[in-house]
Amino acid sequence: MSSRPATVPGLGMLRETGKLFALGLDIARGLFQRPFQLREFIQQAWFIASVTILPTALVAIPFGAIISLQFGSLASQLGAESYTGAGSVLATVQQAAPLVTALLVAGAGGSAICADIGARTIREEIDAMEVLGVSAVQRLIVPRVLACMLVAVLLNGMVSVIGVLGGYFFNVVLQGGTPGAYLASFSALAQLPDLWVGEIKALIFGFLAAVVASYRGLNPPPGPKGVGDAVNQSVVITFLLLFVVNVVVTLIYLQLVPPKLG
Amino acid sequence: MGAEVVIEGLTKSFGKQAIWRDVTLNLPPGEVSVMLGPSGTGKSVFLKSMIGLLKPDKGKCEINGTDIVRCSERKLYETRKLFGVLFQDGALFGSMNLYDNVAFPLREHTKKSETEVRRIVLEKLELTGLSGAEDKLPGEISGGMRKRAGLARALVLDPEIILCDEPDSGLDPVRTAYLSQLLIDLNAQIDATILIVTHNINLARTVPDNIGMLFRKELVMFGPREVLLTSDEPVVEQFLNGRRLGPIGMSEEKDSAQMALEQEQADAGHHDGSTEDVRGIVPQLQPTPGLPERQGAIRRKDRVVQVLHTLPEPAREGIIASLTPEERRHYGIPEPAVTAGGRTQVHGNLPAGDVADLPGSPAWPSGEQSAPTQPLRPRRGGA
Repeated sequence: MSSRPATVPGLGMLRETGKLFALGLDIARGLFQRPFQLREFIQQAWFIASVTILPTALVAIPFGAIISLQFGSLASQLGAESYTGAGSVLATVQQAAPLVTALLVAGAGGSAICADIGARTIREEIDAMEVLGVSAVQRLIVPRVLACMLVAVLLNGMVSVIGVLGGYFFNVVLQGGTPGAYLASFSALAQLPDLWVGEIKALIFGFLAAVVASYRGLNPPPGPKGVGDAVNQSVVITFLLLFVVNVVVTLIYLQLVPPKLG
Repeated sequence: MGAEVVIEGLTKSFGKQAIWRDVTLNLPPGEVSVMLGPSGTGKSVFLKSMIGLLKPDKGKCEINGTDIVRCSERKLYETRKLFGVLFQDGALFGSMNLYDNVAFPLREHTKKSETEVRRIVLEKLELTGLSGAEDKLPGEISGGMRKRAGLARALVLDPEIILCDEPDSGLDPVRTAYLSQLLIDLNAQIDATILIVTHNINLARTVPDNIGMLFRKELVMFGPREVLLTSDEPVVEQFLNGRRLGPIGMSEEKDSAQMALEQEQADAGHHDGSTEDVRGIVPQLQPTPGLPERQGAIRRKDRVVQVLHTLPEPAREGIIASLTPEERRHYGIPEPAVTAGGRTQVHGNLPAGDVADLPGSPAWPSGEQSAPTQPLRPRRGGA
């Protein structure tokens, strides 16, 4: 990895990026290859869900609350209280929910995947598996990536609901908003594609988190400390990627889907 | 019959650091070979290149005609099923118990029923002396047990090629002897090609049919065991005897000043680390009585006799001395003179034409040619 001398500055980074993409493509191809590792998939999905559900729920409530509070106070200053509902719900469903989901899937699930795969790599288990004629990508990585994607999509739904309920509670109960106006403005401005884009984002983020975690896990710096570093890096890289990709997806969505006119 | 491995001009480097260059060798099917070499000469890298875990820079490695350096991924995975690899630490899957570890290749690659799997797994575990430890996790057992479990897992698919990365490291001498016997017995039973990477001189002297040695980024020699065991090559001599005196240093190479200093010290009576000269041919390990004769050993005899005239003299003498009178007659090699000590030895140059013929080849008198070639009878105990 890092021992390879890079002749041009930045070449090493490009090489790493290229390898990450190559692994991403391998995984994408592996998604359609049989036999599918159902058992591993279920175990991993269960594991990732179990480490992410509680923290996600706990983060979702205050997240929904701050968006709602911030938006509520801003809207009341502008005299647009009746649109608080639409604003906070859309922000929660489109932006906050996928991001919160992805951060927790990457932070809790991705780091666990990276540590697991990394430990297997330095103990030569991955090599042993390859030598037994079993593709590690197919046998270990693909089920984990799929599990991450599934859990991200499901969690995203949960975060959306909890975030919206939390927003509603804080706006209506604490800021004295009108329940009717909250719901009416919401149904006036929000549309179904807003939910879809949130789910699609969650799916993409889940995929990214798992691919980055697996990549760092399969190529850790040498030694046990290397695995620790790899976990650390995988979380940081994932976070950076998530926000960039989020901007891109949001831009595309805003261009493609016309806003609903109330 | 085991698979044949043909390696030509294999070269591997990490960045600018060359590991070894231009390694060319041929693992004859069904024979046991040992690769020796000081630590850090890339023996493990060599094994990993052979199975396609590392990609060599140049050269080819053909297994049953498939060049695994250049073949497609699908073909690579297919070819790997022919291999059984024993890693240094066993490389067991930490999350599975021994039973599941050994059953893993069967479950992945075969459609055998669970009872069938159970029968094979228990058989292999018993073979490696691990009966009763099926439920243990790899973390709960000793390094030696992990190694044996790794071997059991490498064997379940009845591989055509078995690669062992330092099977003796972390094992006591007695267990190493058992493991050596196990490998020879396996070879007799399934006729697999075996390559062992090791530093263990005792194992290298008694187990293999062929020995090779890696040093200074290249293959110093590879050939019949008799050649390396009687070699005058300074590296080989030093390595076999475990001496400090010679070209191998603490770091891989030594400069001439250091060599001269050590020679001076040794001449002045300083101990050079070795005990006695262990070069020379010792009888080879034979399969446990009751097992079939090793087909690889029989084929090797034909092969070695054919190239006998090209081998250095000590090796040639050793090979001829290891043949029985019956075999010597079979190959048309003159009886060696019996020396006073009772040890059979052959001296002087043998006429090349006499020793280079197998029965049945055109140079043989026509009367005997018509008779079918007699397969050699099983024989135990070397010379």
